[in-house]
Amino acid sequence: MATDTITNGTVSRARWQHLDTILATASPYADEDYVPGPNTVSALESSKILVIGAGGLGCELLKNLALSGFKDIHVIDMDTIDVSNLNRQFLFRQSDVGKSKAEVAAAFVEKRVPGVKITPYNGKIQDKDEEYYMQFKLIICGLDSIEARRWINSTLIDMVDESNPESLKPLIDGGTEGFKGQARVILPTLTSCIECQLSMHAPRAAVPLCTLATIPRQPQHCIEWAHIIAWPEQRKDDLLDMDDPEHVSWLYQKALTRAQEFNITGVTYAMTQGVVKNIIPAIASTNAIVAAACTNEALKLATDCAPFLSNYMMYTGDSESGLYTYTFEAEKKDDCPVCGQLAQNIAVDPVTTLEDFLGTLAERAEAQLKKPSIRTEGKSLYMRFPPGLEQSTRPNLSKKLEDLVSDGEEVGVSDPAFAIQFKFRLNFAK
Amino acid sequence: MTEEAPRETTPPPLQPIQAPSAKERKYDRQLRLWAASGQRALEESHVLLVVGNTAGSNTSVAGAETLKNLILPSIGHFTIADSAKVTEADLGVNFFLEESSLAKSRAEETTSFLQELNPDVQGHSIKDPLHDWLPKQDSLKPYNLILLPAEFPIVDTHPDPETVQDLRLLKPWDELQAAEKELGDLSQMTDHDHGHVPWLLLLLRYLQHWKQQHGGQYPSNFKEKTEFRSFVRDQARTSNAEGGEENFDEACAAVLKSISPPTLGSGCREMFNIDSCTHLTQASANFWLVANAIKQFYDKHEVLPLPGGLPDMKATSAGYIKLQTIYKAKARADIAEVTDTVRKLESSLGRPEQIAGSEIEQFCKNAAFVRVLTNHGKQPLPELRLLKGDEKTLTKLPAMLTSFQSISEVFLAMNIDFIPSSTLSELKALEDMIEGGTLEERIDKAIEEVTRTLGHEMHNTSSITGGMVAQEAIKLLTRQYVPVDGVVIWDGIRSRTEIVKI
Ligand SMILES: [Zn+2]
Repeated sequence: MATDTITNGTVSRARWQHLDTILATASPYADEDYVPGPNTVSALESSKILVIGAGGLGCELLKNLALSGFKDIHVIDMDTIDVSNLNRQFLFRQSDVGKSKAEVAAAFVEKRVPGVKITPYNGKIQDKDEEYYMQFKLIICGLDSIEARRWINSTLIDMVDESNPESLKPLIDGGTEGFKGQARVILPTLTSCIECQLSMHAPRAAVPLCTLATIPRQPQHCIEWAHIIAWPEQRKDDLLDMDDPEHVSWLYQKALTRAQEFNITGVTYAMTQGVVKNIIPAIASTNAIVAAACTNEALKLATDCAPFLSNYMMYTGDSESGLYTYTFEAEKKDDCPVCGQLAQNIAVDPVTTLEDFLGTLAERAEAQLKKPSIRTEGKSLYMRFPPGLEQSTRPNLSKKLEDLVSDGEEVGVSDPAFAIQFKFRLNFAK
Repeated sequence: MTEEAPRETTPPPLQPIQAPSAKERKYDRQLRLWAASGQRALEESHVLLVVGNTAGSNTSVAGAETLKNLILPSIGHFTIADSAKVTEADLGVNFFLEESSLAKSRAEETTSFLQELNPDVQGHSIKDPLHDWLPKQDSLKPYNLILLPAEFPIVDTHPDPETVQDLRLLKPWDELQAAEKELGDLSQMTDHDHGHVPWLLLLLRYLQHWKQQHGGQYPSNFKEKTEFRSFVRDQARTSNAEGGEENFDEACAAVLKSISPPTLGSGCREMFNIDSCTHLTQASANFWLVANAIKQFYDKHEVLPLPGGLPDMKATSAGYIKLQTIYKAKARADIAEVTDTVRKLESSLGRPEQIAGSEIEQFCKNAAFVRVLTNHGKQPLPELRLLKGDEKTLTKLPAMLTSFQSISEVFLAMNIDFIPSSTLSELKALEDMIEGGTLEERIDKAIEEVTRTLGHEMHNTSSITGGMVAQEAIKLLTRQYVPVDGVVIWDGIRSRTEIVKI
């Protein structure tokens, strides 16, 4: 029997009978664009799709896409497999530790699901240009880094050319933390984007340096002290590598000693790793839920067999009532610094120096820019590149904002991590 | 900004480095959720997957996906009971089969591909049809998770950390009151000291002040609380370099959520009223002995044992640790009182073994959020689908269907065989304000969609189901978190869930 299924390298259609039947009948929920039958199946098979991330979500996404009838899948990931991935990244085995995630995942799914082509790229999304992203029908993100999400979001928005409908690449984004997760669909420039919702990903409030230096109260304060103060002071020649057990042990011992000095209990090795690496708990089942919800949207977008998600689903598996989902339409913001037409209002103290203001951009929930350069319409206030311009604008850093801009003036902020410029309107707070 | 640390006279000895074991590294990301105790419970479990084969309810893929999500975090054993042979259609939806599996036992093939996921887990399979092996005596004995007891208690429910703070500001005990008195006259403090009084003590101080001015009453409603908050804000010093004080900001921010009398949550109240809690026997589970002792504690003090946690707050190290010690000491005293009651119960019931102190301690710390799931019908396996003659669920349908943003018509459509046609017409005629058509249209659409896809699986739907089932299984096996009580419907067209209680 098995020999009947593969003839001249093509796979028998019999295995796809569930999918074929569903895509061959009309659905009361689909809109007019849906024409059930072979055309829909071939539209699905010719949809080239990109998966960003071959980790917990990525492994699930590749399996789901392959079993949803997609035939031409690309996957990007710059990471190698770590032993702590094995509790959920089910395409990897102990013997794969150290190998490229994208390559191992692609080879596994290609072998398991005959007829699907998966092209891995072991590297960064930033290595690729617009021409590369232009080849895909849609893009699915399964990332744990907010920076990478923001980069692909701004890149896809920048690519949109109103005269060319093909330039609009739907972005499906999934994310998980413990028992919780979310899936959303973004139509760049048309619907709410990652940046519109950025304040939902506010960075954890940083512990003030003086607390770390003089009045620690929590075990985490002692660990942060070892990380931010003791390491640079005592081991300034070593680049901290949290995957080096000797480095982690050193931080742990320092933190432990400090905690004992202040009668603080609770510093552990696992907590040291968690605090310094900002480890987010992750389990297979949550990845399965979010990745399946994302792939479901990919299938809808590629075939029109049902209306796609508009535009956000939050899944909470650890609620008091067991579980709940919240599905809603996140609003597109006119003053979104990436997809909006208007500058975002931002309240500033006019006597703050430019340097301090730029420092706060890293922490403000609506900005989160780490290496900002700033200019008004007429002049550069501070530019990090090129070196000549940096030198000539550096004196502005110590000037007060009120001496550089007027109340309500619009400024453009760029950051090497993003393709585009952010627009802010600086309003003086009294 | 400098401060003398409270140093010990001799430097503490360095502990040997406890680098994580290979197992801790592999399971690190989940140990941060359910800890070693949850992991141990998972590893001791044996999960049985029974694959149903009636048309329209092929559970083999959802089942395999569920097992994948349980094998990866390392359950001990799994068994797949499935009498079917692998078909070509299976290959298109089940990732844990290959070309070479065709025509072989689906139970055996799926077991062997799933087994590859984790060498720490043992897989087994049963090829015989269900009706051959299920009736055998003790055939279900090796498995966890299949027989639902009448009561299922969960101590560690992982409540939202925002909601767990129990600081007893309106019911301070002697030592806490003494700490507030010890502050002395705040106006005499240096700016440094004034800016480092923990907000909790500030509120205690100003609450006393408020009480004196309001006939011995605490601020109770929203208006009084906001008034109290303004009063606190006015006590902050603004003449300093920062132009304000962080501890006073924290105090103001805490007023609304921290100034409420301790109340007994519904989960706890229900637990206290369950027969097993009030009528102990020698054979009562440990849980019920501790629950009874906590009930006695509550009846006597009108509060639960203090959990003892203290949130971080602006303070000097020494000042914070001192306050933390006061909370911990009170929590320990409460635990000791409960333990004492437990020991008395044990001896009066003539129980041979003592309940571990750590178990009592954990219960005391989580008492406010303990939950007991009850299965009143005491059916070992509750029916998860609506059955003919389930009048109770049928009478609930009108309210379910017309509630806001309901997707209950999906549930209705999936159970259409059990709904009398007269009932269906009545339901369709109900008034309904939900957008997206009349109720009749919604019901007809759902029935049409279910009919057209009947007997056909989409991998994504099975995978999402497997994810949800696995999350619930983990909750039950680890006895942590709150499991779903009812049937979850997933609507992949609208990306929504709804829970239906049958
Ligand atoms: Zn936007």
